[in-house]
Amino acid sequence: MKYLPLIWAGLWRKKARTIFTMLSIVVAFLLFGLLQGINQGFNTVVQNLDVDRLYVTAKTNLTDGLPIAYASRIKAVPGVRQLSYWTYFAGYYQDSRNPIPAFATDPTALFDIYKDLKIKPEYLQAMQRTRTGVLINEQLAAKYHWKLGDRIPLGTSIWTNKDGSNTWNFDVVGIFDSSALGAGFPGFYLNQSYFDEAAAFGRGTVHYYIVAIDDPAQATAVSQRIDALFANSTNETRTQTESALAQMQLKQLGDINFIVNAIVGAVLFTLLFLTANTMMQSVRERTGELAVLKTLGFSDGKVLSLVLIESLALCVFAAAVGIALAATAFPLLKPIFGKFQMPGIVVAMGAGLALLLAFVSGFAPAWRARQLNIVDALAGR
Amino acid sequence: MSALVTLRNVTKSYTRGKQKVEVLHGVDLQIESGEFLALMGPSGSGKTTTLNLIAGLDQPTGGEVEVSGSRIDRLARGALADWRARNIGFIFQFYNLLPVLTAEANVEVPLLLTDLSRSERRRRVQIALQLVGLADRAKHKPNELSGGQQQRVAIARAIVADPTLLVCDEPTGDLDRQNAEEIMNLLKALNRTQGKTIVMVTHDPRAAEYASRELHLDKGKLAKEEVRHVA
Repeated sequence: MKYLPLIWAGLWRKKARTIFTMLSIVVAFLLFGLLQGINQGFNTVVQNLDVDRLYVTAKTNLTDGLPIAYASRIKAVPGVRQLSYWTYFAGYYQDSRNPIPAFATDPTALFDIYKDLKIKPEYLQAMQRTRTGVLINEQLAAKYHWKLGDRIPLGTSIWTNKDGSNTWNFDVVGIFDSSALGAGFPGFYLNQSYFDEAAAFGRGTVHYYIVAIDDPAQATAVSQRIDALFANSTNETRTQTESALAQMQLKQLGDINFIVNAIVGAVLFTLLFLTANTMMQSVRERTGELAVLKTLGFSDGKVLSLVLIESLALCVFAAAVGIALAATAFPLLKPIFGKFQMPGIVVAMGAGLALLLAFVSGFAPAWRARQLNIVDALAGR
Repeated sequence: MSALVTLRNVTKSYTRGKQKVEVLHGVDLQIESGEFLALMGPSGSGKTTTLNLIAGLDQPTGGEVEVSGSRIDRLARGALADWRARNIGFIFQFYNLLPVLTAEANVEVPLLLTDLSRSERRRRVQIALQLVGLADRAKHKPNELSGGQQQRVAIARAIVADPTLLVCDEPTGDLDRQNAEEIMNLLKALNRTQGKTIVMVTHDPRAAEYASRELHLDKGKLAKEEVRHVA
């Protein structure tokens, strides 16, 4: 602690250089915090998806439908607790640039499977009573100022109704909270029975079966039983856990983990040279001063420690500011990831990287300071 | 008086590139406790090398260097650093203050190596600055002080840990006549009133007149000795 004034003075010897180096570190760790946080966010979303939910799709392609008649047969498979389904509606509101993640489903069964979706029971009852009813989440309601009782005309690029129109009219009968599952979770549900009845074609099919099972440990066995049921039929199935499906869909976007690590790695690698250069210049400029310290009785080890601590102070302080800024930005990501905070692992990784950066960039100049020959340094050699 | 510093048959050589340079050739020297010694001689005569050996900044190639009863030529680097912190006060030609620290922080630096409390360190710093007449400039940084004032701060730094021996390398070399006289009077006072033993390297005959003994080196050997009774 008593050496703090010496370390502090060394750090601020060239104020502008120190400030610019600190800013570089702050920006790098802000980027690290945000990217790693987003990466962790995706992972969290995937992890939030339970392994006791299975998705059954057509084996050929996710978008190929499966007969609705499969429902009763799947539900009869031992280990299956509940079953619902989704048919992708490809909706938009007023303009195709306002896509709506709308699905036709059996709402009562769906909300029984997804316990994290918060809805009042009377809304589900209203949905059963109202053929043209829809349930929407709070985000959509807020975005388009929709409220209970509103009649919403929804366009679709796929489905023509029996009236020959691509515009379907729905009545809002309930609003639910899907924030726990993040913004990626669909927030607009219509009755499959109504859709099936009103669609001009494609009736009797669904895109996904969502299956809740009794025991997550039996996920593989139940999946195999379901797929075996429809093997060699015209509509073979592929059953996988919800998280496996989500991971597969995420991979279609690219390996986010790799991209994030590559960007952060490149930034930190560049930063390493920048910080090392700053520390090396700083030590070079202070050769005489460090020689004076040694003359006055500072040992080689103490001089090495002073330079290393200086590097540590520079890196850790700036990194902490960067991570803190990233953490404050995280609430802004809530609409995407749902309830989400800077994961502790990112803070820990940031601290570890800051220490590593400080040590690697500070060691060479610190060693140079340690090896300084007093007589030569004082003579300016 | 007893010998505080003893050099016995000290030799020193450096290797510069492929060339071996002999700087000192078997120097024998005794400096008594409480003495004020001026080391004089032309450039390259070995004055600063002798001073560095006495101060434990360098090690002899041969011979013995004994200061305050310790054979410092046998000490390892770490032990020698500790020894310097406890026994030697340094005054340089160009003051060598740390530019980013205030005068009082500069003076405090040698005390950071002691176990003294912060308040005790501050007390000693104030006393040292008062002794050199700069108590009112404690908060000033070196670039806010004149050359003479900076050298006074350097002297305060040299005496703050109460060392046995002060070594001065051209302490007036960067000062005008008036400031040089003030600094030399201050060193003389420290020698007389505080009993500090002083070894000073200088080119300046006027500065050397303040010393009680002058030793002249030439080509790495003691060439002439002059003992003076200073008033």
